[in-house]
Amino acid sequence: MQGYLFNIGTAAGAAAGRLGHGILLAKNTVTGPAFIETSLPNVYSHWGDFLEAMRDTLIMELWAGGISFCIGLVLGVVLTVMRPGGILENKPVYQALDKIVNLFRSIPFIILLTALMPLSRLIMGTAIYVRGAIVPLVFGCTPFFIRQVEAALAQIDYGLIEAALSMGCSPLDVIVRVYLKESVGHIARATTITAISLLGLTAMAGAVGAGGLGDFAIRYGHDRNMTDITWTTVIVLVIAVSIVQTLGGWIAKKNTH
Amino acid sequence: MIELVNIVKEFKVTGRGEAVHAVNDVSLTVEDGDIFGIIGFSGAGKSTLVRCINLLGRPSSGKVIIDGRDMMSLSDKELREARKKIGMIFQHFNLMPSRTVEENVAFPLKGSGLTKDQIHEKVMKLLKLVEIDEKASVYPSQLSGGQKQRVAIARALANDPNILLCDEATSALDPQTTQSILQLIKRLNKELGLTVVVITHEMAVIKSICNKVAVMENGRVAESGDVFAIFTDPQQQITKNFIRTTSNVSKVYEFVENDAEVVRLKEGEVLAILHYRQPEDVSVPLISTASRRYEVNLNILFADVEIIDNKSIGDTVVILQGENDNVSEAIKYLERHNLRVEVVKDARISV
Repeated sequence: MQGYLFNIGTAAGAAAGRLGHGILLAKNTVTGPAFIETSLPNVYSHWGDFLEAMRDTLIMELWAGGISFCIGLVLGVVLTVMRPGGILENKPVYQALDKIVNLFRSIPFIILLTALMPLSRLIMGTAIYVRGAIVPLVFGCTPFFIRQVEAALAQIDYGLIEAALSMGCSPLDVIVRVYLKESVGHIARATTITAISLLGLTAMAGAVGAGGLGDFAIRYGHDRNMTDITWTTVIVLVIAVSIVQTLGGWIAKKNTH
Repeated sequence: MIELVNIVKEFKVTGRGEAVHAVNDVSLTVEDGDIFGIIGFSGAGKSTLVRCINLLGRPSSGKVIIDGRDMMSLSDKELREARKKIGMIFQHFNLMPSRTVEENVAFPLKGSGLTKDQIHEKVMKLLKLVEIDEKASVYPSQLSGGQKQRVAIARALANDPNILLCDEATSALDPQTTQSILQLIKRLNKELGLTVVVITHEMAVIKSICNKVAVMENGRVAESGDVFAIFTDPQQQITKNFIRTTSNVSKVYEFVENDAEVVRLKEGEVLAILHYRQPEDVSVPLISTASRRYEVNLNILFADVEIIDNKSIGDTVVILQGENDNVSEAIKYLERHNLRVEVVKDARISV
């Protein structure tokens, strides 16, 4: 009961923070390039907020993405090698990890955002703003990436593992020199998909006052009916997704022979 | 020397308590310098058995002794070192697709203490040995099956092993490429003194390079021994079946069954298969002697006679024509000279 009340309290606090944040940003007087003034008047007058939103999104994407990548890669490998028939078969660890991943995969992100507030406060010192969004973003993104890594590694023909073992490779050799090295292309594709889905999650992180482009579009584009802001945000996101997709595709192609 | 003693390998069937015996109490000895063939239909347990040699699949019970060392008692680290001296090649080659030919062959040399230049030199030497050095910088996807297997052989030889395990190494190759890979394996066996264990389901592979063979069925060795002895005097039905697959003479049974024109006999004729089983003197022209001496015609329909280990072996399908008694005498004559005469169809008038 105590925890429940506590959660509601923090959610309300977050909402208040968001409002305060918005008012604060509205005072930002930086203006954009002149040609935008006529065609996109609201984007022009909120140019400072717009830049800040892009920066926040980028920060969330890079931090949460970077952390998820590292954790996801390790746990994806752990799941692969410890599964029944794997090179380091370990049923209890595999089963436990598998269930935990399923658990977090099944919680909707918007619930995860509020449910992880205490943990966020513990780790990051706050449950709001960009800092407060990192922990839930990592929890929302990592299980997805773990499954992606698992799928990528599953594409490695077991014959390659067998060949490496027959040549006297240790399990660590097999992981680094076969599983990871031979699946760089697959992992690049998995990372691309995850990075793009993470971009979607960062938009929701506005609910804890994290800012970012999603929040910017809702607050101005939707709440104040400034459609040019909505469309500009969408275009920026489309460009961002295209860049990530192109980069990922290029790395994948370069590593596929 | 590889000694397998009472090897048993069980697999648990999931969901049920019972275990399947993939390999059931197999004992084999492979001498140094042998090319030892293990033949069987798929599911006979031969691939499982060969994986017991380098412990890629640990036997449920039994002993694996290589050059006097009990492999099962080695620590993980010792086992990894021991595996470096046992090369292995596979049906699907198992080359690393993201590495070039040169990098693939260099793969097992990491941590060997050699410098980069020494590794390069050694890799090129190995690639020359298997005659594929001009492909050093290409990726496996650009190679044909035979070329891939050559690279795989070079990789298997990188740590100078004294044993080479071939798991269906030619099963994914066309007949011509199969022969060239087999000849390569035979050459390496001679030049490097490699002991080779060959797993296959094709008797032709055994016939062309092996000196010893074990025939496996249902996880057990049905029959084993020198290749020539097995070919000339197979004891088990499965061995006979395998030998039949190497000869096109068995077609004659089909012809008879379908009443094909070629095997339709006139009155007094006899259709027979002459099985050459090491006649004591190959220089005696048995067929023409029989023909002249007993006044019978021997019409050779087709034949499949080969020289294995400098001895002639194989079958000839003939139609004998002549007087009843003469035909019988001719058959007796041939049998006296160690030919087994199998009468397939007899159109003599019964007396």
